[in-house]
Amino acid sequence: MSMQGDHHTSPDDLDRRRFLKGSALLSTSMFIVGTALIHPGEGWAVEATGLKPATMQTLIKMARDIYPHDQIADKYYAIAVKGYDQKATQSSDIKTLIEKGVAQVDQIAKERHNRVYTAIIDESPRVEILHVVEGGPLFTMLRAGLIVDLYNQKELWPLFGYEGESASKGGYIRRGFNDLAWL
Amino acid sequence: MTSFPLNDDSVVVIIGSGAGGGTLGTELALKGVKVVILEAGPRIEIEDFINDEWASFAQLSWSDKRTTSGSWRVHKDFPNLPAWIVKAVGGTSIHWAGASLRFQDHEFKARTHYGNVEGANLLDWPITLGELAPYYEKAEFKMGVTRTNDIPGLPGNNNFKVLEAGATKLGYKEVHTGRMAINSRPRDGRGSCQQIGFCFQGCKSGAKWSTLYAELPKGEDTGNLEVRPESHVLRIEHDGSGKVTGVVYADSNGKHQLQKARVVCVAGNSIESPRILLNSASNQFPNGLANSSGQVGRNYMRHTTAAVFGVFDKPVHMYRGTTMAGIVRDESIHNPERGFVGGYEFETISVGLPFMAAFLDPGAWGRKFTAALDSYPNMAGLWIVGEDMPQETNRITLNKDIKDKFGMPVPNVHYDDHKNDISMRNHAYKQATALYEAAGATHVYQQTPYPSTHNLGTNRMSANPQDGVVNKFGQTHDIKNLFVSDGSQFTTGAGENPTLTIVALAIRQADYIAGEMMKRTI
Ligand SMILES: Cc1cc2nc3c(=O)[nH]c(=O)nc-3n(C[C@H](O)[C@H](O)[C@H](O)COP(=O)(O)OP(=O)(O)OC[C@H]3O[C@@H](n4cnc5c(N)ncnc54)[C@H](O)[C@@H]3O)c2cc1C
Ligand code: SF4
Repeated sequence: MSMQGDHHTSPDDLDRRRFLKGSALLSTSMFIVGTALIHPGEGWAVEATGLKPATMQTLIKMARDIYPHDQIADKYYAIAVKGYDQKATQSSDIKTLIEKGVAQVDQIAKERHNRVYTAIIDESPRVEILHVVEGGPLFTMLRAGLIVDLYNQKELWPLFGYEGESASKGGYIRRGFNDLAWL
Repeated sequence: MTSFPLNDDSVVVIIGSGAGGGTLGTELALKGVKVVILEAGPRIEIEDFINDEWASFAQLSWSDKRTTSGSWRVHKDFPNLPAWIVKAVGGTSIHWAGASLRFQDHEFKARTHYGNVEGANLLDWPITLGELAPYYEKAEFKMGVTRTNDIPGLPGNNNFKVLEAGATKLGYKEVHTGRMAINSRPRDGRGSCQQIGFCFQGCKSGAKWSTLYAELPKGEDTGNLEVRPESHVLRIEHDGSGKVTGVVYADSNGKHQLQKARVVCVAGNSIESPRILLNSASNQFPNGLANSSGQVGRNYMRHTTAAVFGVFDKPVHMYRGTTMAGIVRDESIHNPERGFVGGYEFETISVGLPFMAAFLDPGAWGRKFTAALDSYPNMAGLWIVGEDMPQETNRITLNKDIKDKFGMPVPNVHYDDHKNDISMRNHAYKQATALYEAAGATHVYQQTPYPSTHNLGTNRMSANPQDGVVNKFGQTHDIKNLFVSDGSQFTTGAGENPTLTIVALAIRQADYIAGEMMKRTI
């Protein structure tokens, strides 16, 4: 993903956008303009280059549903999956795997709830859909990637009470290695 | 820096510079023996270590392709990562946490004390605790093990405080901050522990013993030791009389080189060591070197490991300070009334958030899993180290279908838990859960074993040449000038962490090799 890029929009995308727009306000704080995925609440936007922007939006939502942490902003899930957009520009196999996988997720969502995955408001019906695709290649790749690409973001560690690198601060010998006093 | 020519056939060649090979090479050099250590990995020094779990993993770990099979869960979770070990000068003594315990008398006689355990290939060691005791003393002195040689114990960190509170409430008696090869005060030219908390990622203060900085430089200073990094051994050569004559390795450019040798010692850890012997098969030794018993690669052991994490309603910050300075020893006895033979230790353990996510319950997802991670700062952790059963079918074989970048078959690691291993682990899970509940835990997570950090037994010692690969000095039964110098010599695994025993055996082996060279028997 990049902030520049091709602003060509296919009619398909336009339809999709109109459809999404209808439900966007209710279900998600992200929306799509051209190839950009915009998150006004968190003040960021990303440009999809290898994947459809709606696909990126679905990946971000799936990422949160796989590893839901209410204290974490969407931004971090977006950072964790943004590599797939890049990979899709380099490999048509990856691109197909992801687009097909997301299409399948949306297909199940439409059959069950008459809307695409990201437009389903409640978490639990989305999670039920994830259970259907759990063994498939998209879910497998996404989950395995997230375990590193989500939890290895240093900016997130303070939210989990993890302090990271310590040698340059002289270790914890004077910084609370034995400060536990509640026992 | 000393360097020996490739055609110098008077040198002892050691394969691997870890706990076993690094100690042996240094000891021999100090005795005046000329040594070349061939090490597959690069030389990475203290200042280069990284306080970051994944970045450090990428920097240090052995990531050459391996395959797995068997019913152990590692095969499903990490099919190409059976073991977590280091490929660098210093070997896994860079990763290790420093827990340094002697094996117990009965553990050297497992067959005698445990009897005929069905499915287990148990055997008594050909040496006793009494014979090894003087070498344990030397190892403890060399490594500066706390609670030996009047060295004080390390101070207890938060993780230890929780362990101690729970253990005491359960009635356990032998609870302390461990026997650790980590300086609790400056010693041997190295400073004391700064409670950095990244012991697994390489100790940036040098307080923890590692062959990288605590042994090899002493050997190199004598002018008798050359450590040759980025030298990946492919096979060992022999002559018509059946003596080994040299070692073929790929240098940093991938070019094959032949280093001549008077004696060859294999210390590549328990997956690579048998792999090298098997890959050295020849017309004369069609099943691999030193394999007339058929035991090369068999009896692979990894300890009955698992971790348990207790969650409390207040912060613990277990990751602050020494990773493993905390132990409960009461279960480290042989008491078959518990439903299994052999015993186990509890030791404190901590991992950072990235490794907690990756290893707590591999493959898990959803709110139950993330709730566990959300409680990370309030977690205390311990590790179970117990004796697993040697089984002939748990073994390293050559996977002829997959070749590494040098064209050599990659190793396959097969492991099935023995009934005894499962009973022991379940007992330990139960006790550890009770321990944390006694300390006030609101929830307890039982973690599944992750890739093996202790790899043992695949070239085992035996009195009888039919039962094993090496004699009580680590000398192969079949070839006089070929030795095994790492944890693959272990006849059984005992309930303790292996490194102190690996080092004690290496010191003893150095005496033996130097003596036999003087006598010209090798
Ligand atoms: C995270 C972690 C924590 C641990 N904590 C403890 C602890 O607290 N206490 C304890 O007792 N033990 C601990 N251990 C185990 C301990 O590190 C090992 O038992 C010990 O280092 C094994 O010594 P070794 O000589 O057999 O092998 P290693 O130390 O692994 O050395 C083998 C060396 O051989 C090299 N090599 C392999 N193949 C070749 C080849 N073909 N050519 C050239 N070189 C080769 C490798 O690169 C490596 O450097 C821990 C291990 C890990 C991973
Ligand atoms: S806690 Fe101590 S031993 Fe561990 S890395 Fe830090 S200084 Fe080294």
